[in-house]
Amino acid sequence: MSGLTREDVLKLARLSRLRLSDEEIEKYQAELSDLIEYVEQLKNVDTDDVEPTNQVTGLKNVWREDEIIDYGFTPDDLLKNAPATEGQLLKVKRMLQ
Amino acid sequence: MSQWDSVAKIAEDVQAGKVSASELVERALKTIEEKQEYKAIIATTAGRARERAKEIDEKIAKGENAGRLAGVPFIAKDNFLTFGAETTAASNILKGFNAPYQATAVEKLETAGAINVAKANLDAFAHGSSTENSDFFTTLNPHKKEHVPGGSSGGSAAAVILDMAPFALGTDTGGSIRLPAAFTGAVGLKPTYGLVSRSGVVAMASSTDVIGPITRTVEDAALVLDVMSGKDDLDGTSIERDSVSYTDVDTSLSGKKIGVIKEYMGEGLDAGVKEKIDQAIEKLKSAGAEITEVSLPSLPLALAVYYILCPAEVSSNLSRYDGQRYGYSHPDAKTLDESYELSREVGFGAEAKRRIMIGTYVLSSGYYDAYYRKAQSVRTKIIQDFEKAFEQVDFLVGPTAPMTAFKIGENIDDPLQMYLVDIMTVAVNLSGIPAISVPCGEIEGLPVGLQLMAPQKHDRALLGLAKGYEEITQ
Repeated sequence: MSGLTREDVLKLARLSRLRLSDEEIEKYQAELSDLIEYVEQLKNVDTDDVEPTNQVTGLKNVWREDEIIDYGFTPDDLLKNAPATEGQLLKVKRMLQ
Repeated sequence: MSQWDSVAKIAEDVQAGKVSASELVERALKTIEEKQEYKAIIATTAGRARERAKEIDEKIAKGENAGRLAGVPFIAKDNFLTFGAETTAASNILKGFNAPYQATAVEKLETAGAINVAKANLDAFAHGSSTENSDFFTTLNPHKKEHVPGGSSGGSAAAVILDMAPFALGTDTGGSIRLPAAFTGAVGLKPTYGLVSRSGVVAMASSTDVIGPITRTVEDAALVLDVMSGKDDLDGTSIERDSVSYTDVDTSLSGKKIGVIKEYMGEGLDAGVKEKIDQAIEKLKSAGAEITEVSLPSLPLALAVYYILCPAEVSSNLSRYDGQRYGYSHPDAKTLDESYELSREVGFGAEAKRRIMIGTYVLSSGYYDAYYRKAQSVRTKIIQDFEKAFEQVDFLVGPTAPMTAFKIGENIDDPLQMYLVDIMTVAVNLSGIPAISVPCGEIEGLPVGLQLMAPQKHDRALLGLAKGYEEITQ
């Protein structure tokens, strides 16, 4: 399927938590359709005899001990970048109107 | 001629007291100031850099060893978390972000005595091939100001060619070190996937992201890699490094088996670039290398694979920018959901939005098998092509890009055309193999890059070949 509808773009924007202007919706509808059409060339490639690759250097399940590591910063240092805080908590807007 | 000696020589002179780290930092900052018009730099770390230089000079005055990179200034792409300046990834959503810790790569360089002096411009979140996707400004090509420097590490490459520092750091997810190196006439090394820890680097597409140096010479690239590489507990995908130094290389070309990639030398390749690449290959042959043509039939599919996998991973990695924990948060939002939508709408540029939505599309339920799984399977075929090729030859060679640096604005309205610039670099990332771009001449004043590739974990051999090439052409 290529050629996204306006509704498709609105749905993608909603799933991605992006609020788009009308102008953007129109622009992305055309651009995303072009890009999807381009990648659809893979549909004709025979991949019956190959496994998908997820990791290229052959690493599997890299574990570490579940212990606290001292990175040299405090919770307060991390919270300095937060838009809104209360004590050592992040403060967010209400979830329901 | 550069105002900088080799990285090794600078460190030696600093240690010997012939020049101070403070003088070098001032020289770098002065050059950055003088060449501001190229817009290679987002911010300097002047205050912290001067302090570190002073510490290093005091250490040396006391007769202590200041490290293998003592006093050597460098510039980090602004997607590396560093102290001394904000880390923005050239994005509005991260503007004002002060990193609470530094990237492992930066820490390793600093432990060896190097000094970060500035943060370089990039396409926001490293999405792009020209720096035109920076949310702040476009970097100009040092050779011709109306042309792009390539991307996404365009600020880093331009900074090195503008002589602002002896070396810079870049990241390469689909070609972002090699392409700007080619477009500016620098050396750009993309190491084997996992060889350099990515802890503290803003994630783009985690299955292909790597860190590497951009330098004026292969020797400098090898030394910087040698300091940065190795397994790191903070990055589970990092791998063991060579036990031998990456600077200890075999530069002889005689008898080296080099395959010319057929698929990169045909249709779509600019005639002038082809001529330069042919001449470079001829030089390798004259020096005794055995040149053959090899075919990797799945390579033309690599870009389509990349533009499924990369946006998919980007959509996931950029979900953390939600306006709640750090970064831009829209002041007018009434609810949490509105805060997400408005913060991301204002904070992300057009390319980030494009990639997030494409990624969301290809990962959507019902489309996952048709796009993502299919792309992962074709990725396997590309890897198999490389494996077969490396059974016949030690190295592969081709152009880094199908053209020289294009004009600013030329591709900006056509995202697909912009993506096609990466057509000769992305396959390397999909396979995890190392590759390097070295300068091989100029066309109408714009540099051409020769791309050399080796099997995974053969970074040292690759550096030897590149240095061998550099030696016969200088």
